[in-house]
Amino acid sequence: MEKDLLSVKGRVFNIQRFSIHDGPGVRTIVFLKGCPLRCKWCCNPESQEWEIQKMRVGDKVKTVGKDVTVGEVIEQVEKDRIYYRRSGFGGMTLSGGECTWQPDFSEALLKTAKENGITTAIETTAYAEIDVIRRLLPYIDTVLMDIKHMNENKHREYTTKDNSLILDNAKIIAREAKKLIIRTPVVPTFNDTEEEIREIAEFAASIGVTEMHLLPYHRIGSDKYAGLGRRYEMAHINVPEKEKMQALLDVVNAVGLKGQIGG
Amino acid sequence: MKFYTKPIEKSPRIPKLVAALYEKMPEIEADRGVLITEAYKRTEGQPIITRRAYAFKHILENIPIVIRDNELIVGSATKAPRGCHIFPEYSFEWLESEFDTLATRAADPFYISNETKETLSKVNKYWAGKTTRELAEAYMSDEAKAAFSHGVFTPGNYYYNGIGHVTVDYPKIIRVGYNGIIEEANAAIAKLSQGDEDYAKRRHFLDAVITCAEAAIKYAKRYSELAFNMAKTTQDVKRRKELEDIGSACRQVPQYGATSFREACQSFWFVQMLLQLESNGHSISPGRFDQYMYPYFKADLDGGKITREEAQELIDCIWVKLNDFNKCRDADSAEGFAGYSLFQNLIAGGQDKYGMDATNDLSFMCITATEHVFLPQPSFSVRVWNGTPHEFLIRAAELTRTGIGLPAYYNDEVIIPALQSRGLTLEDARDYNIIGCVEPQKAAKTDGWHDAAFFNMLRPLEMVFSSGIDKGVQLGPKTKRIEEMTSFDEFKEAYETQMNYFIELMVNADNAIDLAHAERCPLPFQSSMVEDCIGRGKSMQEGGAVYNFTGPQGFGIANVTDGLYAIRKLVFEDKKYTLAFIKEALDNNYGKDMDERKAAKLTQQVVSALAESGKTIDAETVKTVYYTVTKNRASDEKKKAYAQLLDDINELSKFGNDEDDIDRFAREIAYTYTKPIQKYKNPRGGTYQAGLYPVSANVPLGAQTGATPDGRLAYTPIADGVSPAAGRDVNGPTAAANSVSSLDHFIASNGTLFNMKFHPSALEGRSGLESFVALVRGYFDRKGSHMQFNVVSRETLRDAQKNPDKYRSLVVRVAGYSALFTTLSKGLQEDIINRTEQSGF
Repeated sequence: MEKDLLSVKGRVFNIQRFSIHDGPGVRTIVFLKGCPLRCKWCCNPESQEWEIQKMRVGDKVKTVGKDVTVGEVIEQVEKDRIYYRRSGFGGMTLSGGECTWQPDFSEALLKTAKENGITTAIETTAYAEIDVIRRLLPYIDTVLMDIKHMNENKHREYTTKDNSLILDNAKIIAREAKKLIIRTPVVPTFNDTEEEIREIAEFAASIGVTEMHLLPYHRIGSDKYAGLGRRYEMAHINVPEKEKMQALLDVVNAVGLKGQIGG
Repeated sequence: MKFYTKPIEKSPRIPKLVAALYEKMPEIEADRGVLITEAYKRTEGQPIITRRAYAFKHILENIPIVIRDNELIVGSATKAPRGCHIFPEYSFEWLESEFDTLATRAADPFYISNETKETLSKVNKYWAGKTTRELAEAYMSDEAKAAFSHGVFTPGNYYYNGIGHVTVDYPKIIRVGYNGIIEEANAAIAKLSQGDEDYAKRRHFLDAVITCAEAAIKYAKRYSELAFNMAKTTQDVKRRKELEDIGSACRQVPQYGATSFREACQSFWFVQMLLQLESNGHSISPGRFDQYMYPYFKADLDGGKITREEAQELIDCIWVKLNDFNKCRDADSAEGFAGYSLFQNLIAGGQDKYGMDATNDLSFMCITATEHVFLPQPSFSVRVWNGTPHEFLIRAAELTRTGIGLPAYYNDEVIIPALQSRGLTLEDARDYNIIGCVEPQKAAKTDGWHDAAFFNMLRPLEMVFSSGIDKGVQLGPKTKRIEEMTSFDEFKEAYETQMNYFIELMVNADNAIDLAHAERCPLPFQSSMVEDCIGRGKSMQEGGAVYNFTGPQGFGIANVTDGLYAIRKLVFEDKKYTLAFIKEALDNNYGKDMDERKAAKLTQQVVSALAESGKTIDAETVKTVYYTVTKNRASDEKKKAYAQLLDDINELSKFGNDEDDIDRFAREIAYTYTKPIQKYKNPRGGTYQAGLYPVSANVPLGAQTGATPDGRLAYTPIADGVSPAAGRDVNGPTAAANSVSSLDHFIASNGTLFNMKFHPSALEGRSGLESFVALVRGYFDRKGSHMQFNVVSRETLRDAQKNPDKYRSLVVRVAGYSALFTTLSKGLQEDIINRTEQSGF
């Protein structure tokens, strides 16, 4: 192992083991801190800021964010190696936050994992310079990339950034990544109509993607906004109903993609 | 596809049988108690083995028999479903003193009529001075008795009851019938010479075997006649045919070998139920049912004599019948084995004796039967090894997902070498099955004494702080005063000294009980189906089996580990606290008050301990003791200091979170129990081997244990099995599994028990099942031995406490077995709810 790789530093706010609903098999998710987008429904609001923050959880105050080395993270990731293997394709997933915003750390983590025989995945907004993404791609087995909306304005209104960079990157990733799965959080009032989902699916199909996951909006993160002293703008939104999700899934499948509800 | 995996429909008969089973509260019946007393009175002065055989025969000839509505497999030990008999030859005093509380007690209540009470009271008078319990007490040393009464360990299981804990040679009886046993015994007699030094003993034993086999044959004939008589009078044409088939089957088996799958089922059943009438031991385990029944199933299926649906219905009927037995234990034991459980462990899958995978269609049908019947018995288990078919484990995971707490998963890769290390041949080790909760052994060759005692590893730790004094008496060795200790090594050495001393006393108690069973309750019927009793001409209880063990269980590893770790860190490394201060905090329960119920119980214990030590007790003493225990009278300043200590302890690493340092420490701590035990021998010529699990005794024995340095408050439950302490594992299921696998599961060859609780969402969909299977396989790769799961949400359990009527059929995993949640005591319910719930993220 290259020693300098192991000593690369980065900032994470959680390492979650036995994740079974984010990517194939049993996975360890490394949550990196800092994200360029500010999606209104974000279920990990403590992930967005780069700064290390204080968040109230119940009656305790928790520090969110910690600077760690690649070596320290890999030590945690290694602990579940047996379960990755036994579940077929399990491994490490970088999530966030946004892993492309800590490129040196992410590259070192992914490269080290691959050198140790651990399969890798990232969950990304793909809102980054393509050169940064290209640095990571050789060490990624599966890219789970969000496409949230095809309409530029609506995208900007709900995430604070427009989608042109994301869509451009999608085309390149589809060509160059070992495997790309498009994921769309289904958020009522934002993108839960059949047309909106169909547009995304058609775009995905047009760039050669074969698999798309619909992630139903949930409110598990809503308490965290209060814990951070922020207002939760989506408080009035209901979670999508089962029948609704099924109808949207039918749309995805009709486009010719292999659709799935949940990760 | 190698296996038939399509679903097989449930017969409408099954729900009817199940409903009939649970119509009424279980009842105590007097018949057996009366009959055995008559038999003993008639045979006074004769050899004990002869008396036992005669009693067995007398019972089988006269006990009422009944064929219940809709039954296909017949043979009921009691008139009413889930009824229970009395076995005064083991102990009876507790029953008499608990007559009036049986129906209302929290754990496992039983109805008993006034008439039965009177009958049994009369019968009981005969047994004074004649029971195994009394003889065991006489054999036991005073020191062992004191440790027993102070709750350091409890050998209560075999002290008050029969042994059970056996898997007999079912396949042999199914193949050759009891006629085969009679022939074998006669052949052994023919080899004897009247001049042999042990002729008398051997001859009487072999005669007893023949008497029992003949009695079993005759008993089945009674059922045959009853079935034919009922067939004559029934108007229902379909039922008439069923009754005639029952009549024919009971004419054939168990006298002769079975000629069909149906007869094999009936034969199996007679063996299983007759064992329960001979002695009241629990954990009489059917073992590898899918293996020994398969040839009959295959032959009938291939020959077109049976459909898969018909075979499934017969298996389902057996599953129902396994819930028709019951056992009434004394109030304390009932808490330790709560849930009316009989622990009839039946196991599917795994390797054959040649090391090849033995999973077959019946293995899958056993899973289906458990789904269909959905009751706690049998304690259904699966064997897992590297070659176990994936689809079999997925199917097992589907059963787990139902929330029934079954199956339990066992690891061939650990258990086979562990058994070899205890002297089993490779072939025998590969053919293991599980007894009761988690105890592996080779069927039909072993007298394992698997539940010999429960040893509370926290009590010796308490005694380190008091230099061996417990409730005012010098119970343990006078180890160095903690005020004089200057290193952690000294502390640990004192703990080991206390452990070694009490382990020796536990062995003393077990061996005393062992001798008592050999002298007063040898079991000729059971022995006739275990190798090499006939060959050696003696009963299992006297050492007739090929393999002999005694397996007492240690529990509380997680608490002792966390506690010693805290002491090492806070006292000797960080030097933040003195041992004296910790002792003070423990004595004051970290400054927390105690609730009234616990205080009352504790007062009772202290008072009886004082009385035993010869002090006179008056009302004033009781009042003083109660006042001392109930109210925490530490100053506010002190309370604050204790609370700070508790906070500091809670901040430390805890076992169960995949942290190498403390997990390695846990391995060492477990050795303080598992290693010293290995050097002891039992009177049957076998050795001691440790298990690490408490069944459900962690709750009642926790209620006798003061606050401990791991931050556990006084009289609260102790960690169950080898699992982390409740709520202390916070890094998810793989982390907990890795921690637990860091213990040495090979040396604990009497079994270890790892409980996990899952939220139903964790097993959702195919990917949920796959991940679950990966977790089991991964834990087993790391050489864990056993795993079991409760898949039910905390909210569901809370709701069940509030609305028990809505949840009568909610089955949960308690320890090495499942039970109906609503039948458990409040304390045990809480313990189950508080076990950390794991979910996928």
